[in-house]
Amino acid sequence: MSSGQLGIGRPVAGPPREARITPAAWVYIGVVVLAATVLVARTPVLAATHAKNPWADLVVLQVLFLICDSARAPLTSRQTIWSPSSAATLAAAVLLGPAAAAFVGAVSLVSVRRQPLLGERLFNGAVHALSGLAAGSAYLAINHHVGLPDYQHFSRIMLAFAVAAVVHVAANHGMIWMINRLNRPGGPPRAEASESSLTLLLASDLGYASLGLVIASLWINLGWFSAVIVLVPLFVARWAMAQFTEEQRAYTATMNALCQAVETKDYYTRGHGDRVSRGAVMIARKIGMSSARTEAIKFAGMLHDVGKLGVPTQVLQKTGPLTEDEFAAIQLHPMRGLEIVREIGFLFEALNGIMHHHERIDGRGYPMGLAGHEIPEFARVIAVADAFDSMTTTRSYREAKSIDLAIAELRQGAGSQFDPVVVEAFIAAIGQQGWELPVPAGPPADLAMVTVQDHDDPTAPLQVVIP
Amino acid sequence: MARRPEPDRMAYWQAVDSGRLLLMAAAAMLVTAAFASTAVIVHQQQQLIDWNAALAFGGLIAFGELLRLALPGAREAAPIAMVGAMSYALLLTVRGERPGVTLPPVLVIAVCAVGMMVGALPHIAAGRPAGVTGMCSRLVAVAGVAFIFRSVVSGFVAGKPWELIVAVMALLIFFGWLIDTVVGALIRADDVGARFAVALVDEIRLQWRLGLAVGASVIITVFSVQAMGLPVLIAFIGPLLVTQVAFRRYAGIRATYLQTVRSLARVTEVAGYVEAGHSRRVSRLAVAVGRGLGMAEPELLALEYAALMHDIGQLSLRDPIPGGATVLVSAADQQRIAELGAEVISQAGVLDNVAHLVRCQAWPARGHDPVPPLGSMIIRAANAFDDMVGSSTDRDRSVAALDRMRLDPVGYDVAVVTALSEVASRRVASRL
Repeated sequence: MSSGQLGIGRPVAGPPREARITPAAWVYIGVVVLAATVLVARTPVLAATHAKNPWADLVVLQVLFLICDSARAPLTSRQTIWSPSSAATLAAAVLLGPAAAAFVGAVSLVSVRRQPLLGERLFNGAVHALSGLAAGSAYLAINHHVGLPDYQHFSRIMLAFAVAAVVHVAANHGMIWMINRLNRPGGPPRAEASESSLTLLLASDLGYASLGLVIASLWINLGWFSAVIVLVPLFVARWAMAQFTEEQRAYTATMNALCQAVETKDYYTRGHGDRVSRGAVMIARKIGMSSARTEAIKFAGMLHDVGKLGVPTQVLQKTGPLTEDEFAAIQLHPMRGLEIVREIGFLFEALNGIMHHHERIDGRGYPMGLAGHEIPEFARVIAVADAFDSMTTTRSYREAKSIDLAIAELRQGAGSQFDPVVVEAFIAAIGQQGWELPVPAGPPADLAMVTVQDHDDPTAPLQVVIP
Repeated sequence: MARRPEPDRMAYWQAVDSGRLLLMAAAAMLVTAAFASTAVIVHQQQQLIDWNAALAFGGLIAFGELLRLALPGAREAAPIAMVGAMSYALLLTVRGERPGVTLPPVLVIAVCAVGMMVGALPHIAAGRPAGVTGMCSRLVAVAGVAFIFRSVVSGFVAGKPWELIVAVMALLIFFGWLIDTVVGALIRADDVGARFAVALVDEIRLQWRLGLAVGASVIITVFSVQAMGLPVLIAFIGPLLVTQVAFRRYAGIRATYLQTVRSLARVTEVAGYVEAGHSRRVSRLAVAVGRGLGMAEPELLALEYAALMHDIGQLSLRDPIPGGATVLVSAADQQRIAELGAEVISQAGVLDNVAHLVRCQAWPARGHDPVPPLGSMIIRAANAFDDMVGSSTDRDRSVAALDRMRLDPVGYDVAVVTALSEVASRRVASRL
């Protein structure tokens, strides 16, 4: 959810959902709009200010708000926020008083930003007007004076402004939080871990809000020009954030393409990395990993088998039991994978996950033979998603198992091969979100691409010749 | 796999010569002179100096140096420090009290120098590079602005309308930014062996947005301090940090991206398709050749990605080519590998220019219609060179390989081979 904005039915990323407002939310919107209208109407307009040309100033601040509000950065990453419009509201609270702040906030009603629903527009306008009114009243109550800030009372102004900024952010987020609760039409709860980024969101909102005081100070010497010059660094920051988002998208796409290239070697395991990554993320969310760790495990899951490239093709294609050397070659693949990705500067934990994803809880896994909680959490998560995907996809020596059968196998392995907590979390996540099976693989056109040995399959362990 | 010393780093130390030394000497002289004259001023008219302002801006500069910003291409900037230093140089009044007489340019330089040194200490303590070159460059730029403004312009603009003052300041900030950028381009051209004009355009392209943000922030700082005094700096740190964080994340994802492609390009080595280190060596050679031929940074980045992934198509081959040397297989096979590789890369949907370079890498330089892009001709030559020479630094092998390529002006572009031989001779020299 973007900060201080209602975006009903338009998730930040992913397929468009049906845009709809529930009846409860409509009632709430009505109440907020009514409250805003009544309260603003009762407040004397610009009566408190001593500004020379208050109406012109009001219009400049409204334009500033409109520009900032209309040019919101696309929020692909939940932590990327560009919402400086509150600075205009707070500057109006300092310079022109509570009613003016409300009028600046109300401009959100006509913002050029895409708001397909009338209810959305009304609500956003009312929320910004009300939070502006609240912030302006708080400022006036503490400072007893509205207008160009006077440096002789600077400490009092600072205090009043700090309180006003906190009031503004709190009122804004409070009302948005409320509508999000009311506007959940019985569907599944939102999957995003919004709690972890909430602190960051509030901090950056307060950072932008403090710009309101800077605008008010600049107004003494520069007048309307202060609104213009403040926009410059803001838009540069916005550019950098947009670039970040774009680069991040390119990065993920490139990573996917390269992983697919690695998987072309083996007909039956195509898409394996992608599915394991998906499963690992489902588990990670279920057991409450932070969003940064979830992001890391996504990549770890994608790359967990990249070391298989180092296993000679003839070993993977061999029918019948393996010699000890050949088995050793397969057992080395997590180390090979680590060797490839070691220099990528992402979380150390992801590397651990790749290296230890074939350890077993009972200590009989490879490459290190770690047991129980010696095995890194990432590896325990990936191991479950890995085995599950192996069982639910077709192999040259068997058909794909059903989801229920695979779940039963996971339960059976819990405690010996898998971490029971992770297994239960995965089963619960599948129960809630379902699991999309890949299109069953038909016989491949080129027999060269068939792997016979699947090291991931817990129901068909690799056979090794005992000399 | 044994790790060789990074050739780039060796080149860096060898490049501590004319340009860098000159800059450091100039900065050192400036600082010495500034400290000496400041000491005299402190001795004679201590009561006239606004120590609060010196402390506040010095602190802001130190804070900014602490939070330096890594930009794409191993650059470093300190936007917050620059805002602090430039605002101090252009300070009009603090709450209407005129620091004009009490803020001589030498004091500005002294405060900047102290702030930068204090801000650099944590970097040194943490074992990171101190970034002396960057600091010197910033100091020289600030000194230029401070001298012009404090000794010439400040008296002239006093009492004039704000439009004029803002215009003059904007001009001076641009001048200071230009000094910093030109010095940065000179040092960079020296470091990586690029042409100065190309390096300057690269530098401007990369820095102008940040420069614009810094310039506007300087004007904001000067006027809000004039109105409300120094505490307003606290209110302005928040928005500055937001800008800084945005740039940091942008640069961070760029670096991770490059690292990932570098690492994943090695899958062909682990799978035994090519010799260890091949992709990395080809990409280094290709970038050096491209730079020698005057390619700009965005083109060089695409070239680096393409060179790293030029063999990725081999993953689709059933069996590895012996030794992975694509120079030894038939032209049709080379073309097939290139096509397969380009297909893999275009799957990403965001690297179409890179995919194009990979697709055309097997085309001969002459007689092919359409003509291959320069990047592809460079990759073709660098790949052939590395297939024949490998990690060896033997001079004779390198000369023989280059001779073989020279004898084939249809296959290899003459200008590219000439640039390659320059890079190769530098490479041999740097290993001695």
